[in-house]
Amino acid sequence: MSDHARTSSRRINLASIGANALLWGYAAIVILPLLLVVSNALRPTREIFKNPVGLPTSPSFDSFVKAWEEASFNIYFFNSLVITVVSVLLATAVSALAGYMLGRYKFRGSMLLTAYFLAGLMLPFRLAIVPLFLLLNDMGLIDNRLGLILVYAATGIPFSIFILSSFFRQLPQELSEAARIDGAGEFTIFGRIMLPLVRPALATVIVFQFVPLWNDFFFPLVLLRSTDKWTLPVGMTRFFGEFQADWSTLFAGLIITTLPLIVIFLLATKQIIAGLTAGIGK
Amino acid sequence: MTASTANQAKGKKRKRVRGVGTGAPSWEMIALFILPAFLLYTIFMIWPLFQSLYFSFFEFKGLARGGFVGLRNFHELFTRYPLNEQLPNAFWHNVYFFIGTMLIQNTLGLLFAKLLYASRFGKRFFQTVFTLPYLISALVVGYLWSLMLNPLFGPVNQILRAIGLESLARPWLGDPATALPAIIFANAWQWVGFPMLLFSAGLAGISNELREAARIDGATSWKLFRYIELPLLLPVIGIVTVLTFIGNFNVFGIVWAMGGVNGEPAGATDVLGLVFYRTAFRGGVDAFGLASALAVLMFIFIFGVSMLMLRYFRHMEEKLT
Repeated sequence: MSDHARTSSRRINLASIGANALLWGYAAIVILPLLLVVSNALRPTREIFKNPVGLPTSPSFDSFVKAWEEASFNIYFFNSLVITVVSVLLATAVSALAGYMLGRYKFRGSMLLTAYFLAGLMLPFRLAIVPLFLLLNDMGLIDNRLGLILVYAATGIPFSIFILSSFFRQLPQELSEAARIDGAGEFTIFGRIMLPLVRPALATVIVFQFVPLWNDFFFPLVLLRSTDKWTLPVGMTRFFGEFQADWSTLFAGLIITTLPLIVIFLLATKQIIAGLTAGIGK
Repeated sequence: MTASTANQAKGKKRKRVRGVGTGAPSWEMIALFILPAFLLYTIFMIWPLFQSLYFSFFEFKGLARGGFVGLRNFHELFTRYPLNEQLPNAFWHNVYFFIGTMLIQNTLGLLFAKLLYASRFGKRFFQTVFTLPYLISALVVGYLWSLMLNPLFGPVNQILRAIGLESLARPWLGDPATALPAIIFANAWQWVGFPMLLFSAGLAGISNELREAARIDGATSWKLFRYIELPLLLPVIGIVTVLTFIGNFNVFGIVWAMGGVNGEPAGATDVLGLVFYRTAFRGGVDAFGLASALAVLMFIFIFGVSMLMLRYFRHMEEKLT
């Protein structure tokens, strides 16, 4: 018996060593390229070409300055920030209003409306680009940041309503009833009582919209023409053509584009994971 | 007794209905809350999607819509050179992309979820690290890996040479045989955390009593996984498969970054997303009609196959329970 136990425990040990080796191995595949990006952004291109894998001998931020000023990353960054933040706030605001009504009340057509909004989770919106382009053209919103913002806000609505309405639904009825007896109107109940209670859901919704919009490449590629309105991803395509031979600056550009997302990730890992697994498991 | 429980249930039900029913706001109030989202969503998303269908039957001259042409745009897609060659070429690349992603990314995701479920330490750390690349723009991931895989100055070849595997070093993105697999790998590198998180949530949802019972019956870890956990994960596997399918048939940015707008080398990495973009915005004067027709076909295919997959997985679940 002890023999059997020993072999089985040895087998378990071997298995767990194997598992750990696999996990650490893959973690290295994720982390090393990212570290290499940072390291290579801090050393001159000449050094990178001589030795692609290496640490900077005398770290310098010249490449960041170059990307920021010469490669117009200051302009792209500003555009990305304005467009993403305004879109997310707009989508969250309208989704909170609609999500509140759909989550709290049953009225004729409320189920149908919810289904209508949730259908958007499944629809490949990019395929609507031709009519969308013509619509924005008629409105004079091609090559206009507002046009992109309206499109982005619309794409954020299905997910936001999905999350927010289910959170509003879970809040106890007594709260709003007490407030109503005290003579509070619908907007007061919504704004003063309910909205503060769904703050975690708001955080999930905001973080989860921010990432894909910040990263989106397709819509600005089609809807924005002038380079001074471009966002980071579109600017990146021009940048990679122009600075082809200047690897140090290329790496710095990759970092500048990704930095805000890393900050968000560190601040809101929980919300990101909650958003990715929304609707699964317990 | 049955009557009283029924009454109780009724009472409960009535109460709940009253909870959400009474004090339901006026129509004006409902409209005030819902209209902003409704209008934004309808005007900029739903309406254009329907218009795509409508426009696909019309001739376009630049931005101007001309007369009704029936199915001519659809016919053109399959007969006009070079579209008639690019379209099937890109379609099979998407299929290949989907199969490759299922085999590499989602299998790894399941493996990591299973390993992390069993491990006590570092679960959070590994989950965070594996999910991290999801944040990065697909375009940035593409550019990052095109630098990594550069034949001359790329670290991948450099490392292969350093460890004596020089014969394996090659121009990964310049060789039609390895270009698409390289992109599939880069894409999996970015997304593997997603199936991992979904499978982790699925595994956590399986009751431990089942595992205990199986273990008492003498099931090995493998048997436990194969006959208990895997069947119970079927709903999650279904969701992951469908989401992967939708994602892979919409792939765009990462391919653009690694193969350019034409899917270099020589169309070896061309995918439907790129063909659609080129048809709409780099095509001839009648581009918008053709692109609308292509959008309709892609929509029907992606949506239709997703539905079939969901039905298939539901059927499998029913068969198992």
